Amino acid sequence: MIKYTLRRLLLMIPVILGITFLVFFILLASPGNVAQMVLGPEATAEDIAMKEHDLGLDQPIVVQYIKYMWNALHGDFGTSWFQNFNVMEEFSHRIPYTLSLGFLAIGWACVLGIPIGIIAAVRHNHMTDYVVTFFSLLLSSAPAFWLGMMYQLFFAQKLGWLPASGVGSFKYYILPSLSLGGGILASNARTTRTWLLDVIRSDYVRTARAKGNKESTVIVKHALRNSLLPVITQIGVSFSIIMGGSVITETVYAFPGIGSFLINAVKTKDIPIVMACIVVVAVIVGLTNLVVDLLYAVVDPRVQLGSKKG
Amino acid sequence: MDMKKEKTTSSPQKKKSQAQLILIRFTKNKLAVIGLIVLVALMLTSLTAPLWLDYSKVTHQSVRESFQTPNAEHWFGTDQFGRDLFARVIYGGRISLFAGLVTIGIAFLLGIILGGAAGFFGGAVDTVIMRFTDILMSVPGILLSISIVAALGQGLFKMLIALSVSLIPRQARTVRSAVITMRGQEFVEAARTYGCSNFGILFRYIIPNVLGPLIVGVMMGLGGVILQIASLGYLGIGIAPPTPEWGTIISENQANIMYHMYLGIIPGLFIMIAVLSLNFVGDGLRDALDPKMKN
Repeated sequence: MIKYTLRRLLLMIPVILGITFLVFFILLASPGNVAQMVLGPEATAEDIAMKEHDLGLDQPIVVQYIKYMWNALHGDFGTSWFQNFNVMEEFSHRIPYTLSLGFLAIGWACVLGIPIGIIAAVRHNHMTDYVVTFFSLLLSSAPAFWLGMMYQLFFAQKLGWLPASGVGSFKYYILPSLSLGGGILASNARTTRTWLLDVIRSDYVRTARAKGNKESTVIVKHALRNSLLPVITQIGVSFSIIMGGSVITETVYAFPGIGSFLINAVKTKDIPIVMACIVVVAVIVGLTNLVVDLLYAVVDPRVQLGSKKG
Repeated sequence: MDMKKEKTTSSPQKKKSQAQLILIRFTKNKLAVIGLIVLVALMLTSLTAPLWLDYSKVTHQSVRESFQTPNAEHWFGTDQFGRDLFARVIYGGRISLFAGLVTIGIAFLLGIILGGAAGFFGGAVDTVIMRFTDILMSVPGILLSISIVAALGQGLFKMLIALSVSLIPRQARTVRSAVITMRGQEFVEAARTYGCSNFGILFRYIIPNVLGPLIVGVMMGLGGVILQIASLGYLGIGIAPPTPEWGTIISENQANIMYHMYLGIIPGLFIMIAVLSLNFVGDGLRDALDPKMKN
């Protein structure tokens, strides 16, 4: 297991180098003079040349990239081009917000989504099942930013139960995390339902019933264990979706995480910030996928870690 | 689909053709049929809009008419500039729906080429292509699209490229695994023995046989693409402002939604209905193409 973990961590390195190089390359190779944008329209040709030298833009892209990655390895993600702050420092303030929002969203998706799926499967073809299926379809068909706005409108403006935006106590996290995790919640409910229905029909569940077990025991002790495996495999993908979705949710709720930070940086083409976001998200997503794969092997003893390609 | 027709001609003794059977199975699924009708209606209204709805209504501003709730003249009401929301939503559909189709089309073609090559040739080609998809999939798709838009700048065509790049890896992987399962089949061996080229085998024998599930995947993916286009529009990095698009319409009205709810609810409902219909059609198509999958 340790050997496997180490190998996976080593495999992450070329992937992260690849994605950072790709993004670095398309950002710098794109049209538009960066130094001109930083300095504004009145800058003279000498000013621009000076600034380009300062930012290292006069060197070949590969050299710039190697320098950037070397500094990044030492925890230095450079300074913002437009506002003079240290990117790493700003990130250390913002990452906790994004991560707690993301984990809370995954939490809702599992704590609410799985039981809802179980109920729908147990009450198969009853009213409850239809209602759950309908709402989960609706939830995964609506744009996340729009749902977020609707929650704000209803729970904050109309009912006044929860704050509409900003950060503070736990209350401020409820609406953003629910709208961030809404789609995953719906898909967790659907996956649980589908697989549980599949497992319920299998022979060993019939045997468990035939032994005279209570229905609840049959579901929880026998059927559920096997039907949750696909849900666990989904968590890795879900986390990636949630890291992407945080860009939108954080914008809707004016949440000071890395998502809203990225969007502002993208609009101004503040490359150090965009790069740092990509690196951080790629590392977080890679690590979560590794943890999920390890977890999968723990939950399902049939899975052999070495043979499975990550 | 062509493959299905070929099958019919080779076995005329069957009463109903494969295509007919698929059609019958599809029409039995009520939700899928309703979804298809809604989808076709949405596409037709926005496609034919220039014939019955003057484009000037989309951009015509009149402060006197601002913030009218839905009424007989302005069916969906007007925004803060007095622009007609109905006209904006209908014309917005032209971009939201058809840009989605083009995006997924590009991803579909490139996915078939990359995934087909990886699965068919294996070895070094496979390794290179798969590591490339690993790299693209290491960050969430929307982040990749956002970074590409950041580099290229705003605009319809640029957005299409940005979105399709983030879709290619998954598409390529699906095609690859489908091709790998087909590669060892007897009919492929047979084609090889009478001298069919690699290219011919891949595109004439293997791809047509895996087309069914791929099309279902595309239908399912299209809903996601429409949501992504709307999201980029909402973030203000999709289509440039004067052109209406469902996401941009919501974002430009965001400040006024508190007191004029219809401005946010109506365009959002359009996105939701379009995506929901697509999902229904996708589900129906999957069950119709492969009855074994149904549970």
